[in-house]
Amino acid sequence: MGKKLLLEHINVPGIETLEVYRQKGGYASVEKALKTMTPNDVVEEVKKSGLRGRGGAGFPTGMKWSFLYKPEGVERYLVCNADESEPGTFKDRFLMEHIPHSLIEGMITSSFALGAKTSYIYIRGEYFYVARILEKAIDEAYAAGLLGKNILGTDFSHDCYVQVGAGAYICGEETALLESLEGKRGNPRIKPPFPAIAGLYGCPTVVNNVETIATVCPIINMGGEEYAKIGIGRSTGTKLISASGHINKPGTYEIELGLPVEEFIYSEEYCGGIINGNKLKAVVAGGSSVPVLPAHLILKTEKGEPRLMSYESLSEGGFVSGSMLGSGGFIVYDETTSIVKNLYTFARFYHHESCGQCSPCREGTGWMEKILHRIVEGHGKPSDIDLLWDIQRKIEGNTICPLGDAAAWPVASAIRHFRAEFEEYINHPEKIKDIKHYYSVHQLAGA
Amino acid sequence: MSKEIKFNEETLALVHKLMNRYPEGKHKSALLPILHIAQAEFDGWLSPATMDYVASILKIQSIEVYEVASFYSMYNLKPVGKCLLEVCRTSSCWVRGAEDVVKHLEKRLGIKEGETTADGMFTIKTVECLGSCGSAPLLQCGASYHENLTFEKVDALIETYRAEGKRKSYTDLDYKNTL
Repeated sequence: MGKKLLLEHINVPGIETLEVYRQKGGYASVEKALKTMTPNDVVEEVKKSGLRGRGGAGFPTGMKWSFLYKPEGVERYLVCNADESEPGTFKDRFLMEHIPHSLIEGMITSSFALGAKTSYIYIRGEYFYVARILEKAIDEAYAAGLLGKNILGTDFSHDCYVQVGAGAYICGEETALLESLEGKRGNPRIKPPFPAIAGLYGCPTVVNNVETIATVCPIINMGGEEYAKIGIGRSTGTKLISASGHINKPGTYEIELGLPVEEFIYSEEYCGGIINGNKLKAVVAGGSSVPVLPAHLILKTEKGEPRLMSYESLSEGGFVSGSMLGSGGFIVYDETTSIVKNLYTFARFYHHESCGQCSPCREGTGWMEKILHRIVEGHGKPSDIDLLWDIQRKIEGNTICPLGDAAAWPVASAIRHFRAEFEEYINHPEKIKDIKHYYSVHQLAGA
Repeated sequence: MSKEIKFNEETLALVHKLMNRYPEGKHKSALLPILHIAQAEFDGWLSPATMDYVASILKIQSIEVYEVASFYSMYNLKPVGKCLLEVCRTSSCWVRGAEDVVKHLEKRLGIKEGETTADGMFTIKTVECLGSCGSAPLLQCGASYHENLTFEKVDALIETYRAEGKRKSYTDLDYKNTL
């Protein structure tokens, strides 16, 4: 069994309540931080831990915190990004739904470190029922003196609120999230200034992912140096992975970073292998935005070394033969999957979710969807593959926010690794016409 | 069917409580949650009159509400059935049969995706990733996620909803007590 820090008590009945959560050592990090440490001590421990943002970008959290501008007399905010919308990702929902207090505890400890009197948890609108669970947890925390004025009898006072979104992937981008939190359209802001200088209401703000904030609790409890011993190299600690697709045991798993990908896919402790004993075809390792890799490159790097679940190993080989750990949205495709049709669902997604501010993304995502649609419908032209390649090249790097890159990378990687399949669709449309490239719900019900 | 566009006192108190979560002068932050409440209260969609009413509560221009309502996919700018069946269709759901679920619903309800049944009970809508990829395929109706769908589960769901005959909103689940 791998080390568990966030999900250690996941099977304890009643862990969603404050009472049981505290019996299991919950809110120890609040006690320790507020009573025995200075805010700067907390920041230092997080720096030492090597914790990297768990939302997808993997930016060192301690460094992000230390950028926060702290002028006298100006409010500072902590905002939790619970907008989890990256296809393939559902780990934050799992954590918030089952152990809501781990996030609330992290919000209090992190806010203390940052000197934030108010924090907001911005959660995607579809997760309305999870927002209710969080609000219940917040009410319990207020009643126990863990939120509100003079927390645990100290000088630190803090209020935490949940804000629901209304259906927009782009609001997972931190400046779009702040716009949305201000009651506006989720259009990403031009940076600089970064939120650390001018964020919510123009005030210095830190935006962190749910898992990142929850991880601050074990870091404070065990100390940053101890935490940094877990994992591998610069990928310290544990990571929640959302596993879905053609595997026997889809779900959320906490892994110690450095676990071999092969073990994650095939062992009974995690995904339990491919359904129906089928062959592995491809994996999207970190949410829809990261490059798709064929089986031989996800299990081993181009050099022939075992591929590991870590920031470095998954990106080894760059985009030519590697991918990214991203959000930990791990989608597995077996031999029956059409990469082209799957890519079409991604292209449709990005076109739907483009905010429309930047022309390359607004127009380009629509063109890519349209071209892929005609290919999957059997009307593709031989020039379409190069056209897709050309469009994605012109979107990447030419937009205000990373959504453009996120829309381009799946297209580029699918063509790079599966070009022959695109050619098959275009040259022999009669062959693909009647093939169903997905499992029927009945096939799965028996699985 | 159309009633006066005005929150009752209890809802209005909730709306003001929401507005007070934000600093002085930043009450517009409450726009998204208030639009959810308005949609739930006024027939499941945001008519221009509803949006104007929300603008008047927040003391902002109507256009500030329109531009937000039209940006986010959970706000309905046209009337929908009492039960809006939102089927996720992105990758993980697609590879596990989301298209079958949509086809089954279409056959069962006698309408196409995007349409509403003649009795105003059901609307079928396909949506992008709902963040439940590990329990695919799924559909959302109001605040509820219905996961690991089979045709039998879909049939049972339709029967239950038809028998209840109630409008399903994202804000069901006693939101008045907890928001």
